[in-house]
Amino acid sequence: MKTTTKTLLLVGAALVALLVVLDSAYVVLETNQVIITQFGEPIGGAVTSAGLHFKVPFVQKTNYFEKRWLEWDGDPNQIPTRDKKYIWVDTYCRWRISDPLVFFQRVRDERGAHSRLDDVVDGDTRNVIANFDLIEVVRSTNRPFEATEDAALLDFSEVVGKIQTGREKIARLILESSAKITPTFGIELKDVQIKRVNYVDEVQRKVFDRMIAERKRIASKYRSEGDGKSAEIRGQKERELKRIVSEAYRKAQETKGKADAEATRIYAQAYSLDAEFYQFLKTLETYRAALEKETWLILSTDSEFLKYLKGPNR
Amino acid sequence: MSDEFRNFRGFGRKIDWPKIPVKTIRGVILGLAVLLLLWGSFYQVAPEEVGVILRFGRFVRTAEPGLHIKLPLGVERLLRVPVQRQLKLEFGFRTGRPGINTQYVATGETKAESVMLTGDLNVVDAEWIVQYKIRDAYKFLFKMRAAEGTFRDMTEAVVRRVVGDSSVDEVITVGRERLAGESRQLLQTLCDVYEIGIEVNQLIFQDVNPPETVKPSFNDVNEALQEKERKINDAWAEYNQEIPKATGEAEQTLRAAEGYATERVNNALGDANRFTSIYREYAKAPAVTRKRLYLEALNDILPKINKKIILDQNQRGLLPLLNLGEEVKK
Repeated sequence: MKTTTKTLLLVGAALVALLVVLDSAYVVLETNQVIITQFGEPIGGAVTSAGLHFKVPFVQKTNYFEKRWLEWDGDPNQIPTRDKKYIWVDTYCRWRISDPLVFFQRVRDERGAHSRLDDVVDGDTRNVIANFDLIEVVRSTNRPFEATEDAALLDFSEVVGKIQTGREKIARLILESSAKITPTFGIELKDVQIKRVNYVDEVQRKVFDRMIAERKRIASKYRSEGDGKSAEIRGQKERELKRIVSEAYRKAQETKGKADAEATRIYAQAYSLDAEFYQFLKTLETYRAALEKETWLILSTDSEFLKYLKGPNR
Repeated sequence: MSDEFRNFRGFGRKIDWPKIPVKTIRGVILGLAVLLLLWGSFYQVAPEEVGVILRFGRFVRTAEPGLHIKLPLGVERLLRVPVQRQLKLEFGFRTGRPGINTQYVATGETKAESVMLTGDLNVVDAEWIVQYKIRDAYKFLFKMRAAEGTFRDMTEAVVRRVVGDSSVDEVITVGRERLAGESRQLLQTLCDVYEIGIEVNQLIFQDVNPPETVKPSFNDVNEALQEKERKINDAWAEYNQEIPKATGEAEQTLRAAEGYATERVNNALGDANRFTSIYREYAKAPAVTRKRLYLEALNDILPKINKKIILDQNQRGLLPLLNLGEEVKK
């Protein structure tokens, strides 16, 4: 019996020792940082190095916090820009618990932090964006747009060369403004980015109307270009046709003229041997051709040919 | 351990336990414990992964693919990160059922991702994908919580910023590749700043369209462009049909003129030579030849003519009496 009690006592002591060891040791993950509290009161600074750590058992409590960068996605805000255009702006930011102690005291946990970030970042987003024209929120640079055939008709004077700040810097302004406040919650802001910018519905309808009008203009430009260009080609064709036909006529006439001249020269050369004889020959030839069956021929006996009808004398 | 077992046996004496030698039980338990330790000590890392070892939550080393040993009993823990796998995020649509006939799904949520403003204050509906790899498992796991969700947000912000700096025509047509390249680069820079441990391999724009309401008028522009080209082509076709024909006809005219020229000169030469020949003989006896030629001609002509009237040179009054008209009527 004695040995049994002894054993029981020993086991009990071992269990207590185990509990003490288990409660005094704690593991800090690579992703965590820990605040030790004693009856709710923070003791010492944050434990940020990962690994096995020890504390006073039972009396002290561990409070775990994230060490990594954390996400925060704002709700879309309807904000008027300086030029009175209503847009939805959706931002996100990255933040981390830079001072767990302050964080623990001021906002307690991540839910509390989110609601503070909602207030701070959304508020700054409104303030900053309301100070800029819409185009500044949309564009980042003054880069001129690539000239496409479609865009040749469009007027970009409203949107090119207007950027003094631009989206990137506006996001940075929001960050700078918010980052000044968040350290009071033990929070470090890494980056604020404008995720989405969209028109509110009424504005969007007007934008669509404008886009449609722009495209109509481009389409009718193409149509009239088609008409113009094809008319030009037809004109070119007419000109070519006239040129070809008239050149052919000119060359043909020149060729014929040269031949006529040559023929004339040949005839003149030959016939000028005896012009009178030529006339005689040619006349006889013409008689042959001109006088035919139905011709009336009235001859007088004093002609050379019929003179012998009257007598044989010379 | 052995103490506890002795107790256990002590309590159990009342029940009729089968007699198993203590040594055997001890052996079995020891064996099991050793097996458990070994089981917890060896681990395998698959080819596409890297193993990250934490000792009491602290990062100590990474393990390449293969068989490795770690401390068991929860002292060292293993996290697997698929660093070689090509990962993909979709924006503006979701692959519903991948396969040969992949089905894509668009919802209200994806619509919110894809509709965005362009730099000329128009609106486009752009769908895109990002392919990436986890480059640095340590950063991926320990630098940022919800790294994938963050990466989504970053991608959206970057793509919208780049699209926001381009005209709608650039986004839809000529600028797609440039936009994709620029976005990829900016996204990589942002990943490096955030120390998220991600390597962006590809950013590809899929369907980029004007919004539904505006689409018909964009299509109309395309139609107008085609109409324009058709009209121009038609005109050229006409041109190409008529000009060669006219050229051929001109050629024909020229050849005909050349033919005429040859004929004319040859005729002239023929006539001239003939005349010259005749003349040469005529010159030898002009008077006789003249008479002969004259009479020969009359000889040819007179027999052909039916109506011949021969008048005496003294009978001058006869001509008015002839009823020429009636004769003609006959």
